Amino acid sequence: MSSERFKILTGNDLLTGDVTWWTGSGWSKAVDDAVPVGAAADAIAASEQAARRVVGAYAIDAVRDAQGVRPVHIKERIRALGPTVRLDLSLRPNDPAAAAWIA
Amino acid sequence: MYQYDTHDQAMVDARVAEYSDQVARRLAGTLTEDQFRPLRLKNGLYLQLHAYMLRVAIPYGTLDSRQMRMLGDIADKYDRGYAHFTTRQNIQYNWITLEDSPAILADLASVGMHAIQTSGNCIRNTTADHFAGAAADEIEDPRPYAELLRQWSTFHPEFDYLPRKFKVAIIGSETDRAAMKLHDIGIQVVRNEAGETGLRFYVGGGMGRTPMIAPVIRDFLPPLQMISYLEACLRVYNQHGRRDNKYKARIKILVHELGADEYRRQVEEEFAHVLTLALEPPPAELERIKAQFADPGFDPAAPDAIDLSDPDFKLWVDQNVHAHKVPGYAIVTVSLKPTGGIPGDASADQIRLIADIGRDYSFDELRVSHAQNIVLPHVKKADLYAIWQKLDAAGLATPNLDLISDIIACPGLDYCSLANARSIPVAQKIATRFADIGRQHELGELKLKISGCINACGHHHAGHIGILGVDRKGLENYQLLFGGSEGADTSLGTIIGPGFTEDGVVDAIEKATDVYLAQREEGERFLDTYRRIGTAPFKEAIYG
Repeated sequence: MSSERFKILTGNDLLTGDVTWWTGSGWSKAVDDAVPVGAAADAIAASEQAARRVVGAYAIDAVRDAQGVRPVHIKERIRALGPTVRLDLSLRPNDPAAAAWIA
Repeated sequence: MYQYDTHDQAMVDARVAEYSDQVARRLAGTLTEDQFRPLRLKNGLYLQLHAYMLRVAIPYGTLDSRQMRMLGDIADKYDRGYAHFTTRQNIQYNWITLEDSPAILADLASVGMHAIQTSGNCIRNTTADHFAGAAADEIEDPRPYAELLRQWSTFHPEFDYLPRKFKVAIIGSETDRAAMKLHDIGIQVVRNEAGETGLRFYVGGGMGRTPMIAPVIRDFLPPLQMISYLEACLRVYNQHGRRDNKYKARIKILVHELGADEYRRQVEEEFAHVLTLALEPPPAELERIKAQFADPGFDPAAPDAIDLSDPDFKLWVDQNVHAHKVPGYAIVTVSLKPTGGIPGDASADQIRLIADIGRDYSFDELRVSHAQNIVLPHVKKADLYAIWQKLDAAGLATPNLDLISDIIACPGLDYCSLANARSIPVAQKIATRFADIGRQHELGELKLKISGCINACGHHHAGHIGILGVDRKGLENYQLLFGGSEGADTSLGTIIGPGFTEDGVVDAIEKATDVYLAQREEGERFLDTYRRIGTAPFKEAIYG
């Protein structure tokens, strides 16, 4: 577990609008698949948006903890999980610890 | 209620075709996102926190059962089985795909609906008193004016790119149930000493980061000059409203900086000019619209008595049923605020059930209130018990209208990309803390409103108790405001002190209600007691 921050890239799938994370070779709905992008964020965002695979891409700060990649800001954690008031619609619908992950 | 004519239908059908082509071009890559974004927004499609969100217009909050049923069907067919009724009498779907969005607009158009004027710096969907046409205290049904305003404002080329979005509310009663003075323009149907009906214009109100109560700009306007006067109000704003700073671009800033007198002078000058242009629709058009809002065939022999022997039913009647203008009839408010539920959310099945009840018991008419509830405006008192039973079986009969659990809440950080903090969980915790309905009734009318950011979609400025969620060094924090109101006694709440955590704000509210119960005088609401005794006793209890 490390508190060292790094940049990951996120956006929304053009067709579905789903929150999506850059994996180094494509996009995943699981934030834990996100990889550090460093200074390449803008270039990746530009090329992926031009290819119409993603929309509104931007880089955010994240850390790695015991559960994997964790966005630093609560807004991005909610994006990564889904609405905390409808966990049945989130990416972790059967995980009672999901709400705690947001806090 | 108003039914589309061939012109209205052709307009929305053309819009669907145009939008379908725009989506196809976006998917094919001939439109970039920068080019496409304003086009999708013009059709109500936002990109929110988790997905695309479609906001559908419900003009002046009025719809029929066929339209309501379609809203439920769309929730099932294209979304995840539910939808969210908003504080502007609209409905939002949270999980829409871009590919589906043209088909949704086509389905909406098939029942005379659309998503026009739900985004952008245009004249937004007009809101109105949700009891319009039914209220016992009404001077005149304001909806014909709202419909005329809809027709005038839709695609108005001069006002499609205003300095900022523009919201109009209209009421026809002395009682303001539409937060009219907190809109860019509020219009009230009034009667002068000669008994003539006219329109009073309030201009320059609003909430957001700079809340203001609109001053009266015109005390009495002949109704047949409404469009010309609106044109003048908008022209002055369009010319002088600030475009260099979006936070100072709303008309409230212009009216405040010019002063109401100078703004009025400029409007009157422009109005005199506009009158020479003969922009006003012919009187026959207003009469044509009015005819479509004629009263349904009320039964003059409908019995006025209600059997209240069932105590749970009586509780609901006492709280959620209002007086109707016709004896033997009543107005029912369907609460979308079950204890611990999400304010304004309804499942597809619930939406269809409400549609069916509206069809069977309310002359096929329904309303959406800005308080995120549904109204059945014309119900026979003799049918109330049957309606209550159907609603109760579907979790739609919580007897909490205007009580502490009837909370207005924006989607907040659970859904909204602009939000700084979550609203819904706070609403759920408060409603759960005060779940005892007897305790709620003991507290009486207490309007609690929560916004997840300064944009104030949850109307926190106008809450007897308002809560504003903010981001404090990356953590959600909640400021507490007391003393707001949106009715005839419109006032803006004031922040009472340092903010709280999510649990802390619930505790603080409970302490405030204890102060109220200890200090209230006969007949006083929470708001009245607060206004009489001031902030100090509440601060002492909460922070002391």
